[in-house]
Amino acid sequence: MCLGIPGQVVSLEDAGGLRMGKVQFGGVVREVCLEYVPEVALGDYVIVHAGFAISPVDEEEAARTYQLLEEMGQLTELEETAADPGFGQGDRPSDKPS
Amino acid sequence: MKYLDEYRDARVAQELLEQIRGVQKRPWVLMEVCGGQTHSIVKFGIDDLLPGEIELVHGPGCPVCVTPLELIDKAHAIASRPEVIFCSFGDMLRVPGSKCDLLTVKSRGAEVRVVYSPLECLKIARKHPDRQVVFFAIGFETTAPANAMLVWRAKQEGLQNVSVLVSHVLVPPALEAILDSPWNRVQGFLGPGHVCAIMGYREYEEISARYKVPIVITGFEPVDLLEGVLMAVRQLEGGRAEVENQYARAVTRDGNAAARKVVSSVFEVCGRKWRGVGPIPQSGYRLRAEFEAFDAEHRFDVGAIDTQEPAVCISGEVLRGIKKPHDCPAFAKECTPAHPLGATMVSSEGACAAYYLYGRHLKPDNRNAAGKAGQAG
Repeated sequence: MCLGIPGQVVSLEDAGGLRMGKVQFGGVVREVCLEYVPEVALGDYVIVHAGFAISPVDEEEAARTYQLLEEMGQLTELEETAADPGFGQGDRPSDKPS
Repeated sequence: MKYLDEYRDARVAQELLEQIRGVQKRPWVLMEVCGGQTHSIVKFGIDDLLPGEIELVHGPGCPVCVTPLELIDKAHAIASRPEVIFCSFGDMLRVPGSKCDLLTVKSRGAEVRVVYSPLECLKIARKHPDRQVVFFAIGFETTAPANAMLVWRAKQEGLQNVSVLVSHVLVPPALEAILDSPWNRVQGFLGPGHVCAIMGYREYEEISARYKVPIVITGFEPVDLLEGVLMAVRQLEGGRAEVENQYARAVTRDGNAAARKVVSSVFEVCGRKWRGVGPIPQSGYRLRAEFEAFDAEHRFDVGAIDTQEPAVCISGEVLRGIKKPHDCPAFAKECTPAHPLGATMVSSEGACAAYYLYGRHLKPDNRNAAGKAGQAG
């Protein structure tokens, strides 16, 4: 019921004093009320629930969360590589004589 | 789709599971509050992937499930009137009242229409000035701004033939009711992401501090839910209890000011009865006196309908995280989504219906097949 789907604002219009627009979700475009997201501009992403944009998608926050997750993934891969018993002595940077 | 696919990345999910396994030392019981989260968890099998000592129990956050029987009976009484065009979100059509559901009422000749947005009711009302257009305004805080805007615009336009049957409920009082129960098992919450997109999370900070319980405001995709679990378990293992925001791409501390303004102009807080749970004080919205003319209960004089719920199922305990669907002897036998006996089987976001849809009543061999069939539907 509280389903909210992220989509991109592809048009804006004033419908009798109500801020409306079209939002694209994958291949589907729907008419959405944008009255509650006055800061949103064409091309921005919004979360849509029951025909209303309830929140802009904060691109920086979205990118930050995903970057953190990506980095975490890479870090673990590095740790696994370092801990791999198959690695020969001296192959690891820290093992090289200075 | 952007902002969806990356939160379903299996590699990232595996990584988060590793992190959870690394952090978790003791057994913990977490509750996901929102029905949409329950649906995702069961659909993607997230509870099965977690270490056995982390138990997810399913919360009360399915507004379709908790809409009381008497309101559904009132909806049927109103929808059956010849002058009425009764509009509703699709979710409500198959929810049984004490006698039948809205689809049956429609099959008997009532005009019942499914709308995607409450604003569609304005168009219908303008097109049919000789008819009464009634909207079944149900939902949590997430849906309140959409329903409030319908009433606000109807008043602004002077539309005499629009009214709403209001059944609005609020999340924080339900969390307090769960935490106050002597049978409570919940030690941490995955908070409702879209409710907080509207309301912010200051109210949750008070609850977290008062009950010393971690609350992580969480999104709805597998990666969101796993990160929510990780954040909650980190707090519990570290002896912390605070509000953290996993779903920062959609939620801010103060929520959506424009939406809250319209909601508080149209609605005021009142006590509400929850199907399967009973009355909870200050747990819902009703129309403010200035908008009373748009109240369908007054307009059609159905205020006297007061149906009592039969005590045949354990949905009240499922909704409060005390029991699981399996614990009910009627689950998947007398009680199925086609013939639900109680609240948690009536909507796909109810815990019992989600368990049924994704084959949780079958032996493990048959579960994958059922899950795939569910996803295709």
